[in-house]
Amino acid sequence: MATRASAPNAPVTISTRVDKVGLRPKVTRAIRALVVVILTVLILLPVVWMVMTSLKSPSDVVAVPPKIIFEPSIESFIFLVTERVQFPTRQEADEFRARDDLKWYEEKVAERGQKITRVGDFPKQLRNSFIIAGTSTIFSVLFGVLSAYAFSRFKIPGEGDLLFFILSTRMLPPVAVTIPIFLMYRELGLDNTYFGLILLYTTFNLSFSVWLLKGFIDEIPKEYEEAALVDGYTRLQAFRKVVLPQAVTGIAATTVFCFIFAWNEYAFAAMLTSDATRTAPPSIPSIQGVGRIEWETIAAASLVFLMPVVIVTFALRKHLLRGVTFGAIRKG
Amino acid sequence: MSSITLQNITKRFGEKTALNDLSLTIQDQEFFVLLGPTGAGKTTSLRVIAGLEKQDTGDVLFDGNSMTGAVPAERDVAFVFQQYSLYPNMSVFDNLAFPLRSPLRKLPKGEIERRVKTAAETLRITHLLERKTAKLSGGEMQRVSIGRAIVREPRVYLMDEPLSNLDAKLREALRIELVHLQKTQGSTTVFVTHNQIEALTMAQRIAVLDEGHILQVGTPHEIYDAPATTFVATLVGTPRINLMQASRQDGRIFVKDSSVRLPPLTGIDLPADFLLGVRPEDVRPTNSGEFSGKVALTEPLGVETIVHIRSGENILTSLVPGITPIGVGDEIRFDIVRERLHYFHPTGNRIVVASA
Repeated sequence: MATRASAPNAPVTISTRVDKVGLRPKVTRAIRALVVVILTVLILLPVVWMVMTSLKSPSDVVAVPPKIIFEPSIESFIFLVTERVQFPTRQEADEFRARDDLKWYEEKVAERGQKITRVGDFPKQLRNSFIIAGTSTIFSVLFGVLSAYAFSRFKIPGEGDLLFFILSTRMLPPVAVTIPIFLMYRELGLDNTYFGLILLYTTFNLSFSVWLLKGFIDEIPKEYEEAALVDGYTRLQAFRKVVLPQAVTGIAATTVFCFIFAWNEYAFAAMLTSDATRTAPPSIPSIQGVGRIEWETIAAASLVFLMPVVIVTFALRKHLLRGVTFGAIRKG
Repeated sequence: MSSITLQNITKRFGEKTALNDLSLTIQDQEFFVLLGPTGAGKTTSLRVIAGLEKQDTGDVLFDGNSMTGAVPAERDVAFVFQQYSLYPNMSVFDNLAFPLRSPLRKLPKGEIERRVKTAAETLRITHLLERKTAKLSGGEMQRVSIGRAIVREPRVYLMDEPLSNLDAKLREALRIELVHLQKTQGSTTVFVTHNQIEALTMAQRIAVLDEGHILQVGTPHEIYDAPATTFVATLVGTPRINLMQASRQDGRIFVKDSSVRLPPLTGIDLPADFLLGVRPEDVRPTNSGEFSGKVALTEPLGVETIVHIRSGENILTSLVPGITPIGVGDEIRFDIVRERLHYFHPTGNRIVVASA
């Protein structure tokens, strides 16, 4: 029998497919999975720690060594939404506890020798955050889509210069202009107003949103709109029915990024807001405990503060994965 | 259905002139083909008719009424794009129904359904109606795209190389269907292509464009048999027309660097130097042929064979029916059909033979 190498007509038994070269797919997959798991654990560990802290009782929080297994408590959340005072003496506290008209949360607080005086500031601050971050995100994305579309589709005199100008607003860290903005806002009476912060965040986000969305809209072939135009639609209708549905991915991604920025912004919020319009980020580090640092309350605040971003990102996760654009246009 | 008139249309894109003083009339119910190479201005003409581009000067008339101020929706044209451009977020049904749901038309639901069904049946895509467009093959996409045009009763169909992205078999099939569709509907159709076979087989009239100019307008027969310039002559017909440098001496035609000599034709005023055009089917190898040459190459295509004959410095292509026994290197004799010669000025323009 002739050897394989010398027989010209012998079937080729060695695969030359590139994807079969190297490690077996199974092994590669396992390694990949392992890396993902390690990364996930690394990233999630602080979050898990925060969740654990927020569920610990005041005595468990400061326990050394830290308790991994503990009895969960929701005291921290009660602390978070209330304003409390310490009873001056043990006797007064016991007398208060003995009353039978106490609500369950009052009882919980009373166990710590404290009395609820009023609803805390945190819910209001959270609401402020929602109003300011939400509104500025809507404006950033709305104006962003419109101007990105205009830049993408129409001939605009000085288009390149304008785009560069928009980009240039991001060329120095916003914090660098805090003092001028603070003075300007005070002069204009915009400090400590919702409108002031919404305007500021929209301005910061707009350059980002225009550039990001322009990229997405550039990728939508203009034939779609032209087809809609000859099919009997106006430019605006074509935009709404044909362009927007295809730009959803980009809009979702932009929304998430704009929201995260506005939601997390600290420096300007700390400087330009006080009681009435104060947002959550500058409030969390200034949470004052009663008689001690309430780590569990701070953890609870951070957890509550984190939730909206998690929810928004989770809700839009499908669109955040790029590459799901399915074009029915064939490049010739 | 409408007639279309383009009056002295000029369109520039920056420095580049896409259409240069172009005038054209397309009759009602005519299948009109714009033929030309890439960059000739065919697509721009179509887009100007549709209102997707605005001409710099000139006017577009539908049935004699100026459309210059009208947006695409008001012109009521149907456009079939080269790249299908089906809306990817909609099903086939919704794609077909999309023009009918336009606020301009606002047809009742039953009517929309009926028209979509009819169009789908005509194009044999009924089984695809529920599908997403991304899951279609190229041929299916182009059918849907054509369907989107025929659900309406537009004034004009504008088709921008609708067949060029399809494979050869599909192209042939759709070519026949499109012509059939146009005949049964009696629609005015402007069809853009760079493919001369499509132009010759489908058109009632053809306009040949190059660099924004119209070189010739005529029936396929006129374009093929009396090309106005050497450009038109070489663009239309495969294999290409034989073009040879020739001169007139002593009342006889001498083909340069060749043994071909022809007696002059009456009723024609030839300059001293000119170009002589001979269609390959007019070069006929016969044993009693007047001229001789050596076969340089044969290309058997089955139905016919292309024979390249070297005569002096020139190579003449000849088209003979069927498979021929002529082999490479053979010395053969051939005739040239004298009545079907084409004469061109050295600049490329046709020299018209006075009716003899």
